[in-house]
Amino acid sequence: MTPLILKQAGTVETWATISGVAITAVAGDILTAGAIRRIGDLDLIRAKSGMAGAIKAVTGSPMFLLGVCSMAVSFFTLLFTLSVVDVSLAAPASAAMTYIGNAFAAKFFLHENVDRRRWISAVFVTAGVVLLAK
Amino acid sequence: MKHTLTFNRYLILLAVMLTASVGDTLLSHGMSQVGPVSIHHLGLLLVAMKNPWVIAGITLLIGFFASYLTALSWADLTFVLPSTAFGYVVVALLAKFWQHETISLYRWLGILLIVCGVGFVANGPSLTEHPDPALLKEAKS
Repeated sequence: MTPLILKQAGTVETWATISGVAITAVAGDILTAGAIRRIGDLDLIRAKSGMAGAIKAVTGSPMFLLGVCSMAVSFFTLLFTLSVVDVSLAAPASAAMTYIGNAFAAKFFLHENVDRRRWISAVFVTAGVVLLAK
Repeated sequence: MKHTLTFNRYLILLAVMLTASVGDTLLSHGMSQVGPVSIHHLGLLLVAMKNPWVIAGITLLIGFFASYLTALSWADLTFVLPSTAFGYVVVALLAKFWQHETISLYRWLGILLIVCGVGFVANGPSLTEHPDPALLKEAKS
């Protein structure tokens, strides 16, 4: 097996930046999902108030805007991470941590019923993403 | 109550899967025509915005965000997210059959795992049913 050659980042910085990408991505996903859940079924809103009404309902939610900001921070953290950590490690590791983190966060913050089926799915998808990056 | 999806909602999930992966592929194709962008030549990004592949890619990614948000309004995050992961499979298959790239055994195994993962979650309910607090209060009294 080829040894992993890291860019200039040390072990702590490597995993701190990767964790930063995952944590901000999870925060973004949870905040946007929570905001959309509060707003309600967008199909119904679109049928009632049109596309403009649906866009207004979504963009008028501070929780949604905070989620989008969090996604933007995650994107820029990923860009920074890619400048100090090899993409072959950073991309699959952050994606895997984000999938598992989302399953935990959805259970605790959104009170979703993350049953055995969904845990298995999260683990399979995480392992699949890691293998795809090889 | 088991939440099952209507045909239109499956179409929205299909849009989530396809728009993200095809959009990324189009962006990648467009940026390979534009060339590498360095911090000293950020103006090249404006040139990239005129590339038809980049424009098509951005349009599809806007479509992805709209369909993703729509799906989140009637399904759990842990139900929708595996669908977005299925986009990786679509990208790999596009690379194989459109760009004629070679897919390693590891990648085929990854594709198989993601398909199984999506299959697991797709067979279950799409939305967690929270009991009405008023009904709970009534039942306690």
